[in-house]
Amino acid sequence: MEDLSNLFHGFAVIFSWYNLGMMAIGLILGVIVGVLPGLGGPNGVAILLPLTFTMNPTSAIVMLSCIYWGSLFAGAITSILFNIPGESHSVATTFDGYPLAQQGRAGEALTASFTGSFVGAFFSVVLITFLAPLVAKFALKFGPPEFFAVYFLTFASFIGTGRDPFKTMIALMIGFGLAQIGMDSVSGQLRLTFGSSELLRGIDFLIAVIGLFGLGEILLSMEEGLKFDGKEAKINVKVVWHTWKKLPKYWVTLLRSSAIGAWMGITPGGATSASFMGYGIAKRFSKNGHKFGTGKLEGVLAPETAAHASGCAALLPMMALGIPGSATAAVLLGGLMIWGLQPGPLLFIEQKDFVWGLIASMYLSNIVGLLIVLTTVPLFAAILRIPFSIIAPVIVVVCAIGAYSVNNTMFNIWAMLVLGVIGYLFKKLDYPLAPLVLALVLGDRAEVAFRQAILGSQGAMSIFFSNMLVSGIMIFGLLLLFWPAIDLGWSKVRGTRPHEGRKTD
Amino acid sequence: MKQKQTQDRPHSAWLTYHAVEAITAAIIFVVGVVMMIDGYRIGMGWAFDGPESGYFPFRTGAILCISSVVVFLRTLFGKHRNDNLFVSWDRFKKVLYVLIPTVLYVLATQFIGIYVASVVFIGGFMRAMGKFSWLKIILISVGISAALFWMFEIQFKVSLPKGPLESLLGY
Repeated sequence: MEDLSNLFHGFAVIFSWYNLGMMAIGLILGVIVGVLPGLGGPNGVAILLPLTFTMNPTSAIVMLSCIYWGSLFAGAITSILFNIPGESHSVATTFDGYPLAQQGRAGEALTASFTGSFVGAFFSVVLITFLAPLVAKFALKFGPPEFFAVYFLTFASFIGTGRDPFKTMIALMIGFGLAQIGMDSVSGQLRLTFGSSELLRGIDFLIAVIGLFGLGEILLSMEEGLKFDGKEAKINVKVVWHTWKKLPKYWVTLLRSSAIGAWMGITPGGATSASFMGYGIAKRFSKNGHKFGTGKLEGVLAPETAAHASGCAALLPMMALGIPGSATAAVLLGGLMIWGLQPGPLLFIEQKDFVWGLIASMYLSNIVGLLIVLTTVPLFAAILRIPFSIIAPVIVVVCAIGAYSVNNTMFNIWAMLVLGVIGYLFKKLDYPLAPLVLALVLGDRAEVAFRQAILGSQGAMSIFFSNMLVSGIMIFGLLLLFWPAIDLGWSKVRGTRPHEGRKTD
Repeated sequence: MKQKQTQDRPHSAWLTYHAVEAITAAIIFVVGVVMMIDGYRIGMGWAFDGPESGYFPFRTGAILCISSVVVFLRTLFGKHRNDNLFVSWDRFKKVLYVLIPTVLYVLATQFIGIYVASVVFIGGFMRAMGKFSWLKIILISVGISAALFWMFEIQFKVSLPKGPLESLLGY
């Protein structure tokens, strides 16, 4: 029971007024970021990251991870009240959430979705508490070849589970390309800088996240002409209690969605695909499945539980292996490096306070988060009644400030602007952005792992198939990489049409 | 990416989804070629101790080229051509309403600092899009900028671009 004593130690670390304050600030900011168009988990965290440069890493991660949880809770608010998903992972919540609101049962839908989120998060945090230390311990045996193999697996799984393998490939390669700009960390040679001194430092991933997700999203919402005229959010103790009494009978749905979400979070499937899967599977197996879409509580519970479970579980590989399971986790990982921590399995040995403080804070912040959203929904719904002509420029200003403060150069704001236009274009053309961000964050590390492995083997590629472990991971990765082709070939042989690929964010 | 969009004209029938898709794929192809050339320049091969610096950029570029060719061909000759309009001129105008002021805003930030530029930017938006009264505009835009100034310069000691006004105030 070493884990439990570590966990109690973690609680001791975060129980200070300062850390609890940071938690509350993070959660509230997260909810605000989650309901606003153009801001979400990844860029909300990215914009605030520069403010934490001087903070101690534990308080910083507590605040930033709370922004993530807040935004995960909040996605449902706009979905249910306005029929506009505030985040891509809450698209599935609109299917049954908005009909419920139309029937005047918005309070029930919101309570169900928040509680479902909480259950999913709790499932994942328990999983992290017991599984992450084991994974980290196992990963301590990893050398550069094994790490490269895991990176390779991560990238390949995007191709294997994505909707369009070629567009996913392009997104990944653009991420790698952006990561390669600047000085080559092995030989010191300059790459892809084309003589520009501004490019020496490379394109910071934070700029990419702020531009692609933030500005790109604003341009898109502008084009779509967002109009928020939503339903009233009436929520009180009676409604909450009334809804909670109904929830235990959906325990199968809750458990199933939690498991789906946790799996999709650990593998980089993402919260969006988790929520769609959660919804789809609940629809297939529920005896009320044919009524889904007309306003069933189950249809709200299933996607929200899965989305939040996946969001939390995405931190498991981030902490244990240094490989984020989602775009937001990727930004948090970038934060680790900025605060001077070396991501990877050693964190569990060298940074016990940090790791267990974070895990303990996940328990606490999801409880606090649930209370905050349940009590303050009308307040946050009111934010959306602020005219878009105020919100849009303020978000642009915040994005610009966030981009500038990464390393105090105007160049970053211009880069963010260009990336914003690219983000708009890519979103309209269905290029996935999450692989791009992950490739940008992990590109350098993957390349260094590759080159170290090769140095160790004196130039022989066979190092990647030198033992059971590394060859197992590599083969699994190759399988995922060629999965779309295998799938296509298989269905040709059987004479059926290939099924529609799953949706990823 | 930008100049392709500005070529958009009202009633231009060619700006369908597949046209934009094809143009984007072509641009990505060019990016791939540029990466390959740069990778080749610094050595894309295998030295005695492993890959040279250009090894990965060259291959990344190559994969970009191949993938973009597939997307390009699929768009032109695929079965499911999406002939829908990519964006109508009316809707694209709204995008430009944000994009052009944003470019001007970033430009202005370089000269008059981010705080003053933000006041003008937010105020301009409120006037042009929201038709707010001047009093509200001034209260809100100055208020937001002042709040940002307090948060960044005073609370968190993060220095943002400043102009003549701030230096007049002693910052």
